[in-house]
Order: sequence, then structure tokens, then C-alpha cells
Amino acid sequence: MIRLEAIYVLMGLMLAGIAIVNFRDMRSHMPVRNTVFWALYAVIFLFGSHLDDFTNGMLVLFMVLTASRGLATSSRDASTPDARAESAARWGNRLFVPVLVVPVATFLGSVLLGRIVIGGTPLVDPKQVTQVALGLATVLALITALVMLRPPIHAPITEARRLMDSVGWAAVLPQALAALGALFAAAGVGKIIAELATTYLPLGTPTAAVVAYAVGMALFTIIMGNAFAAFPVMTAGIGLPLVVQQYQGDVVIVTAIGMLSGFCGTLMTPMAANFNIVPAALLELRDRYGVIKAQVPTALMLLAANIVLLAYFAFPR
Amino acid sequence: MLPLIGILIVILGFALRLNALLVVTVAGLATGLASGQSFHDVIAAFGHAFVESRYVAIVWLVLPVIGVVERSGLKERARDVIGQIRAATAGRVLLVYLALRQITSSLGLVSLGGHAQMVRPLVAPMAEAAADHAHGPLAESTRERIKAMSAAADNVGMFFGEDVFVAIGSILLIRGFLEQNGILVEPLHLARWAIPTAIIAFVIHGSRLLLLDRQLRRESREFAEQSLLGASQERPNT
Repeated sequence: MIRLEAIYVLMGLMLAGIAIVNFRDMRSHMPVRNTVFWALYAVIFLFGSHLDDFTNGMLVLFMVLTASRGLATSSRDASTPDARAESAARWGNRLFVPVLVVPVATFLGSVLLGRIVIGGTPLVDPKQVTQVALGLATVLALITALVMLRPPIHAPITEARRLMDSVGWAAVLPQALAALGALFAAAGVGKIIAELATTYLPLGTPTAAVVAYAVGMALFTIIMGNAFAAFPVMTAGIGLPLVVQQYQGDVVIVTAIGMLSGFCGTLMTPMAANFNIVPAALLELRDRYGVIKAQVPTALMLLAANIVLLAYFAFPR
Repeated sequence: MLPLIGILIVILGFALRLNALLVVTVAGLATGLASGQSFHDVIAAFGHAFVESRYVAIVWLVLPVIGVVERSGLKERARDVIGQIRAATAGRVLLVYLALRQITSSLGLVSLGGHAQMVRPLVAPMAEAAADHAHGPLAESTRERIKAMSAAADNVGMFFGEDVFVAIGSILLIRGFLEQNGILVEPLHLARWAIPTAIIAFVIHGSRLLLLDRQLRRESREFAEQSLLGASQERPNT
């Protein structure tokens, strides 16, 4: 059975390679920090499942301290613009093939791999099939690219290093935020917020309750970075007891649009790092909050629209 | 109240634009300590949760592929393709992507997009190239906004498309939560009530994309005037 662990080993090997390329790069102005950072991350992927929690925690702490002093982000292109233009003209639209292999193979893999059973055991762990499919799709795409383009043997890892260094520590942020969410949940942060919201918000009319619920979903999502974390707290605090039970709101409409109000919050928060901060790093934007700024007008208008939909459709008339 | 110190640290840290990774880690440790755990336990809890969520990083495995193909001229090719389409503008390119992303997500095909897989190698270079062809040279700040809007189109399309699909995580979460509270609902009904917001999201964001083209036209004109002015100031005698 192919488990997520196999994909983690691939990740670990890639990160170790990136650390080595950084170490050997004499022109980099701080090779040591980048090497240490990516090497520690590699250890967490290769051995994280076998180390005890405290050791893993200390490894993460060392990573964070290394990154907090700044990582080298200057990553020069190994290829020249002329060579790329010439190659683009030679290969034409065939260049898109390896890139498109990733989404297509991920989709096919997530649909098909779960159904393959060999000798009574499934080929891929059914609970992890989407992630495993993504990992395998990237391998397939890389093989396609290598066979087609025949780059120098070191190209995949030096190119991965160029891109990974340009993303920098932001690559680790979604994982750190997931850990923060777990610590918030363990400390009961959600319950405290829900108590505060129900104590201090004006909830005297159906419309006021609906506004409080939708805006509360958006705000709490902004804080937690995830509408899934906000939904149970706000729905148990305001949605069910007030909007649905006291004011007779339709439970399907209230919860469905409540969740979508939370998604409006996701568009506006740096805490949703994989949607908002990571792309800013990937696209090499100078403004880390550039993607959020591009989304805020849409998010606010859509939140207002959700409130109107709730106020208009959720209550019996 | 004390556990809320983590939220305070996060808000302050992000507002002051400190290193976000450091801010998040300090906030996590402070939250754990404030709720009465020992230092050892807090570090262990953080390490445990970090290792458990390694799956969110799998997407980085796509970087060697993107890098190798970029090295062979992927972005240049994406630009050439868009250059051949005369009607292409940045706003229209992104509008088409928004529609594709939203429709495929609503059919459950969420994996057909993504920032590392599609936006960085294809969508953003195409939008930028379309703007270059339609409006001529652009200021760096204008380029930044086109790239940011490319990422935004991916997010808006996915968020407000996927909820129309019955088997997606958020629908299952709502259903599970209501079931725990003794209320049974049909996933299909929940998904149906995601449709009005999905349509409004497309109209709002689509309109903003079409307005983007008008802004780009204005900004490119200003940029051209400024460059001309700069050039004439450099050589006052000619």
C-alpha cells in the first residue's frame, strides 16, 4: 500500500537536495542559513514520524529561529533569456504538456487509485488518496519533462532550489498555521470568542442576528485563517440558538450561506497563508499582502451580498 | 481570557509586518503557556501538530517540474500564445480562468488549478503578456497588481465553486455538525444554497476584472507620459 509516508520521503529527498545545492553555492551570500533551514525541514519529512514530539518541536523551533534572521532569496536564473526564447520557439505548445500532466494526473489518480485493490489491500491508503495522487502526479510530470526536454541531470534540483529559495520561509507558513490552529483549539480559544460574541453583540432582531452570524463567521475566519475552524464555534454560538431556533431561520440556508460568509473572511486574512501569502511569494510580489489587497473589495461586497441573501431568504414570510 | 494572547500577538505581528513564521510560532507557544501547559508540553504539542500537517506541503513537489520547464522557456511560450490572440487583455484572460476554475471546482475538480501548478507557470505570465500586448510598457506596480489579481482569480473561483459540489469538505462538515446537534439535512440542499453566492461571486469578481483593463489602460498611458517626460529631462538640449 502506498501511504502518505512515501510521498513525505520524496519531499524529504527534494529538500535535502535543495539544502546541498545551497551549501555548495559559493556565490550565495548566506549559504549556511539556507542550508540549515532546508536541511532541518528535510529531517522533519524524512524522520518526523519516528522522532518524538518534543524533538520535532525543537527542530521546528530551530528552523523558525534560523528563518527569523533572514534567508537568502536571491536566486539567479541558470538559463539566459535568449536560450529560453530559442527553446520556447523550438518546443512550441509541447512545453505545456509536463505542466498539465500535474492537474490531470492528480485528478485521474484521486478518482482511480482508490479503486485499485491488490490481494485484498488497496494500492493507496483510501483516506490519503488525493495527497498521494498529487505526489505521484508530480513524479510523472517530472519524468515527462526529463524525457522530453533532456536537461542536465542536476537541473531538477537546482531549479527546485531557485524556486524554493524565492518562496523562502513562506513555504513553511501553512504548516505552522495548522499547528497554531491545533494549539488554539486545545486552549479553548474558540469557546472564549463565542462567549464574547454572544455577550456583546446586539442580537435583538432577526436581521441583527443574521448580520452578527455572517460578520462573525468572516471575522473569526480572519482570526483562525480557516472557515472550517470558525463554523462550529459561530454556528453553535449564534447560528443555531438564535437565527435558527429563536427566529425560525431555515437551517439549510443559514448554515450554507454562513459557511460562504466564512470564505469571504478567508480571502482577507494572512492567516490563510497557502491561499494568500504563499502565492505572493511564488509570484515574487514585493508586497506580501498584495494578493489580499486584490481580494478585499470582492470579499466585502460578497459578504454584504450573503447578508442580504440570508435576511431575504432564510426567514418564513 | 488569557489564551487570547495568541490572537493579540498574531494581529500585532502581522500589522507590524514582522517575520510571519516567527510571529505564528511565538503566538502558538504563548497560547499554550497561557493555558497552563509546561514549556516541554507546549513544544511537543507544536511539534506534533506541525508533523501531522506535513500533507499541506506536498504541493511543493511540483517545483522541480515547473523549474525544468521554465528553464526551457515555459513563460516565454505562454506569452507568445497570448500574443497571437488579438482580443486578449489581462482582464479577459483572468475572466476566462475565473470561469474555468469555478466551473471545474463546482464539478469537484478542485485539483485542476492551484497557485504552484497553474497560476505561477501559466495564468500570471499569460495575463501579464496580454496586458503588454494590449497596453504597451507597464510600471512595476501595475505588473504586481496583475499578478496579484491572477492569484485572486484562482482563490475566488475555487472557494465559490467547490461548495456547489455535494461531496466537498465544507458541505460534509456542515452536515456532520448539524447531525451532532440532532438536525438531519441533505447535502444536495446545502449545495443548492451555495449557487446564489457562486453566481454573485462571479458577477462581482468578473466585473472587477473587466474594470482592471480600464485601469491598466489609464496607468499605461500615465507611465508612458512619465517615461517620455523622464527622457526629455535627461536630455534638455534636444
